[in-house]
Amino acid sequence: MGQLCTFYLDGSRFCIDVAMVQEVLKPQPMTEVPLASGRIQGLINLRGRIVSAINLRKCFGMNPGGSESRDMNVVVRVGESVVSLIVDQIGDVVEVDEEQFERVPDTLNAKFCDLVQQICKLPNDLLLVLDPSRVVAGME
Amino acid sequence: MDQQDETDEIVQEFLTESFEGLDQLDRELVELEEGGEPTARLASIFRTIHSMKGTAGFLGYERLEKVAHAGETLLAKLRDGKLSLNKPIADALLRMVDAVRDLLTQVQESGAETGGDFQPLVEQLLALADGQAVADAPAAMKPVKPELMEELVPEGLVPRASAGAPPTSGVPRAEAPKPPPVEPREPPPAPQKAVRSAPAVEASVRVDVGLLDRLMNLVGELVLARNQLLTFATGADDPSFLAATQAINHITSELQEGIMKTRMQPIGSIWGRLPRVVRDLASELGKQIKLDTSGAETELDRTIIEAIRDPLTHILRNAADHGVEMPDERVAKGKPSQGTIRLRAYHESGKVNVEVSDDGAGINVERIRQRAIERGIITRDAAKLMNESKLASLIFEPGFSTAAQVTNVSGRGVGMDVVKTNIERIGGRAEVLPGEGGGTSVRLKIPLTLAIVSALIVNVSNQRFAIPQVNLVELVWLDPTQMATQVDEVRGEYLYRLRGNLIPLVHLGRVLNLPSVERDPSLGMHILVLQADGRRFGLVVDDVLDNEEIVVKPLGPELKSLRVYAGATIRGDGRVALILDVLGLAHEAHVVLESQLRGRDALRRTTGPTTAARESVLLCRSAEERVAIPLRMVTRLEEIDLSAVERAAGAEVVQYHGEIMPLVRLASLLGKDVAANHGPIQVVVYAENEHSVGLVVDEVEDIIDEEGMSVRKGKPGSLFDSAVVKGKVTDLLDLRALADSGVETPFAAVGSF
Repeated sequence: MGQLCTFYLDGSRFCIDVAMVQEVLKPQPMTEVPLASGRIQGLINLRGRIVSAINLRKCFGMNPGGSESRDMNVVVRVGESVVSLIVDQIGDVVEVDEEQFERVPDTLNAKFCDLVQQICKLPNDLLLVLDPSRVVAGME
Repeated sequence: MDQQDETDEIVQEFLTESFEGLDQLDRELVELEEGGEPTARLASIFRTIHSMKGTAGFLGYERLEKVAHAGETLLAKLRDGKLSLNKPIADALLRMVDAVRDLLTQVQESGAETGGDFQPLVEQLLALADGQAVADAPAAMKPVKPELMEELVPEGLVPRASAGAPPTSGVPRAEAPKPPPVEPREPPPAPQKAVRSAPAVEASVRVDVGLLDRLMNLVGELVLARNQLLTFATGADDPSFLAATQAINHITSELQEGIMKTRMQPIGSIWGRLPRVVRDLASELGKQIKLDTSGAETELDRTIIEAIRDPLTHILRNAADHGVEMPDERVAKGKPSQGTIRLRAYHESGKVNVEVSDDGAGINVERIRQRAIERGIITRDAAKLMNESKLASLIFEPGFSTAAQVTNVSGRGVGMDVVKTNIERIGGRAEVLPGEGGGTSVRLKIPLTLAIVSALIVNVSNQRFAIPQVNLVELVWLDPTQMATQVDEVRGEYLYRLRGNLIPLVHLGRVLNLPSVERDPSLGMHILVLQADGRRFGLVVDDVLDNEEIVVKPLGPELKSLRVYAGATIRGDGRVALILDVLGLAHEAHVVLESQLRGRDALRRTTGPTTAARESVLLCRSAEERVAIPLRMVTRLEEIDLSAVERAAGAEVVQYHGEIMPLVRLASLLGKDVAANHGPIQVVVYAENEHSVGLVVDEVEDIIDEEGMSVRKGKPGSLFDSAVVKGKVTDLLDLRALADSGVETPFAAVGSF
């Protein structure tokens, strides 16, 4: 039994465990970081704290989102660090049960660059469960 | 710190702690009498008195010890339920607290116990402990005649009431101390220096470190808010609003400074025990090692001091174990049998460098290469591609150790990787370099992370960057005509002639791969002359905006690999700006190569195009001899009037830009007589960091560019190398080494003017 925060990325529906999400913000003024990996979209000022914004589309090797991406910030805590994940759009928070989770099929695993390990079955939809710690680990 | 000071410090600490303890005792005793929860409270009171007694005994305050001891005996009985608290006992205990306070005050005021007869009180306490109901004895505090005291002390104050039956008999208990030993004791050491100070309670206040941290964070936020307010105020014209803003501006700055100071500690505070560590290690390893330290007064934020304590010890152990050889091995190599480990702390480029260098065997990169391949840390192919400095840095990888033998001290593959992790955690960097004299040197570059630094805000391709002021040597603006004459292009690299000295130019936008922006050429060129690792280079930016106090905030681990940034800050408009790391930038732009890290020949790498082996030298003449000085070591040429020359400590000095600069006569360096002269003197100035020196020469002849100058190193320790200049062998003076040497030797300046 848990809650998932859902969001959209390049037409697919993803989710993150609500417990890891600190807050969700509208697009923020962004300072680019020259020479950084393209996956770093920039830095934002989160009430005095400087937080790296990670472009999830880049992490998944998707095309840069045009007008469909609203550059929403999903701020997550991973261990001691805080990062903001840039997603196209924010969806609902859904309640799910343990048995709705399943390992992601190998065919999809490669496609999502190991960042998605589980899939969550909803009655009429599937949610790709993003593991933020893998996203951050992939950046270092 | 001499021994007396140390003792004073212990006494001061004892007093502070004891006074605090006494206040607590008063409170607790009263609460106890009023029917508070007895067991825990009694235990706490007992502990307070017990530790006070211990320290008093250690410091030789016998009367204090005896009073506390008697009180403790009574308290022990109460604590163990052998007696229950009643009015007489409570009264006696409170009087005991008074007596202790009285004695402590005496110690504080005069450095010794000066008087007061506490014998009746002691007897009363012990009698109460024995279960006797005694009449209130007066807590006599009238000073008694000294001779009476003399009589009392040797007797050891064994209570007469219970003579023959020690008060604790029949109550075997580990912490119940025996009655004071009767053997004659040395009188309490009379302090050589009276401890005269304000009452200890007012002299210092203990503050929770967590509170200091919170205050520091708040001040950081306040600085940001102040900056925003100032931005806002530039658009306002209400005078009272502007005045209030100015007031807030000043108060914030002072508050910031004060709070920062509360957190600063000299790094020496964690060095105290290191000589002991080295000594123990040396004897364990059968080596002879001495530890030299310098820069103990370098101040760092306390959290950083704490964070580097363990890494530093690790490095030191490593140097002792892996670095310094066994005495016979050293002798065989022609080195003194005693090895030296140097510990040095100094400020550079807004960071604190802490170096641990040894004069041992140095790093064997081949062995590192082999070991790294064996351990699977790198592949054979990768190892081939790695240069020597990269290989040397492998010692920081987890699970790496080249010690042929696992010793007690190190060599278990833990240590250096922990060092690196811990240093990086506080935003620092650890590097390994070949040390002087063939040894190894580990350098920790530690940022003043929490610090608020002064920085220059620049604009490149419409993005703002902050550059710490400490790295800035000067700011130059060239108009288009100056650009044409003073900037040269050599194979795509730009060089700028700064007073005859060529410095490489780096275009910030190009280094950072930013899209270039069309600029009107008539706007000229902004060059920031920066200094990194003793080298200078010019950074070209589109615009120089402002000088601001910025709060350095760390970047997340996902950006740690980027050496060009030292952190980020939040500007007045709330936007984030990146802070450039000047050294990292220099590396990125290849203006400072790892091979150029001063005089390090062992880690040679291919030299980049901007640093062709071309050297500009200054030719000077003194006492008919000609000496060349590399121009990169020359800060300025000055003509100084003789009347400005003063003498300090038997040496010639001048006041130069508010600093005292020692003067050295070139003639006396060359071992010649100094000719008397009367007019103004010619001075070649070298001034970098804290070191400066003015070299007095008879004449500056010329500045010449020597292509591919071949230099023959002089004897170790010599200030002179030889080089072929204009076809002649000429002495080449290392002016920087002269300044670094603290200019002592050449000061036997013969005669004067």
